[in-house]
Amino acid sequence: MSSTDATNRPYTSETNADGLTVTGHTQWPLWEVFTQAGKGAPHEHAGSVHATDAEHAMQNARDVYCRRGEAVSLWVVPASAIVASVPGDAGPFFDPGNDKAYRHPHFYKVPLGVRVF
Amino acid sequence: MARADHDDGHEDSAANVTSEPLNVAPFNVAGVRAPVITNPLAEYLLRLGDDRLVLGHRLSEWCGHGPILEEDIAVANFALDLIGQATMLLGLAGELEGKGRDADALAFFRDAVHFRNALLVELPRGDFGFTMVRQFLFDAFSVVQLDALASCGHAELAAIAAKALKEAKYHLRHSSEWVVRLGDGTAESHRRVQESLDALWRYTGELFERDAVDAAVAEQGVVFDHDAAKARWEAIVHDVLARATLEVKPVKLMASGGRRGRHTEHLGHLLSVMQSVARAHPGATW
Repeated sequence: MSSTDATNRPYTSETNADGLTVTGHTQWPLWEVFTQAGKGAPHEHAGSVHATDAEHAMQNARDVYCRRGEAVSLWVVPASAIVASVPGDAGPFFDPGNDKAYRHPHFYKVPLGVRVF
Repeated sequence: MARADHDDGHEDSAANVTSEPLNVAPFNVAGVRAPVITNPLAEYLLRLGDDRLVLGHRLSEWCGHGPILEEDIAVANFALDLIGQATMLLGLAGELEGKGRDADALAFFRDAVHFRNALLVELPRGDFGFTMVRQFLFDAFSVVQLDALASCGHAELAAIAAKALKEAKYHLRHSSEWVVRLGDGTAESHRRVQESLDALWRYTGELFERDAVDAAVAEQGVVFDHDAAKARWEAIVHDVLARATLEVKPVKLMASGGRRGRHTEHLGHLLSVMQSVARAHPGATW
């Protein structure tokens, strides 16, 4: 087990022989689902499903998250394959960005003719 | 008496035909005559629509009772897909019939003897394994059937078939996975789905029966090659069953009768539930 200890990660309780995350004795492994709303759009996290293998996860994700025309493409990822930051990381990871206004491109004059988003 | 139901003056559409199957021994039930069919295409559409309506209702019985949340949602989706297909097919059947009956009238105000679904789809849902084996056997048939009808000579039916085919292909993918997973799963799951297959196999022959209705609609451009379809169906079914380590045990006699309105006792019970609200509140909208 790596230093990103499973007990610190959301959902995780144990890892089975296939390296898939199992959240309890009666639960199948957890998979995270990413849907793409349209061509060229990013895949965004939609939620999660329980499933026994990749095909099963793909089908469950399709049935739960794509039944109202929400997506044109689907990714499923074993939750155990995701390395997540933990709440304790929040200070060192994210706070230093709050007071560095010079990291934002606020100090340039936008040339005439450039479209501002 | 059966004749009276159809004696409505619509004699202009095609020569009358009966629905006695051509390729199976006729069931000689005392006092029961095969209904005289004045409009074969409407009759054919009832068969297509009723298969999907009745199976859709059987699947909907799982809503809230699925083995896991994801599967509960999946099965309810399939039920809605099938009922949606039935709505289109029965709507077209009603139009062609020309008696002013719409899809709702056909679904909720016919009695069991006037339903034309195959017996396979009306059997009680059983356990989840039974539901999935039945679903798989039907899905494989549905894909083959809709694929053929999508290029048939009746434009509206072809369009409905093309739309439904996309759904059926996904249903088949899903039910195939379950049959393999359960068949090649634990000793108990294997035993259960093998028993389901043993119980269901005798209902598969009816799917490929042909009768005078098929011959009559073929003349109107709705051509369905039963032999080719059966070969395709068998290829799909035997491939999946082999992967599922399941074995087909031959049966001496295939069950038959649904296309002529001779159903198992189970259809009446299903209809009494399915039709109760529409009959208690006729004309209600929501």
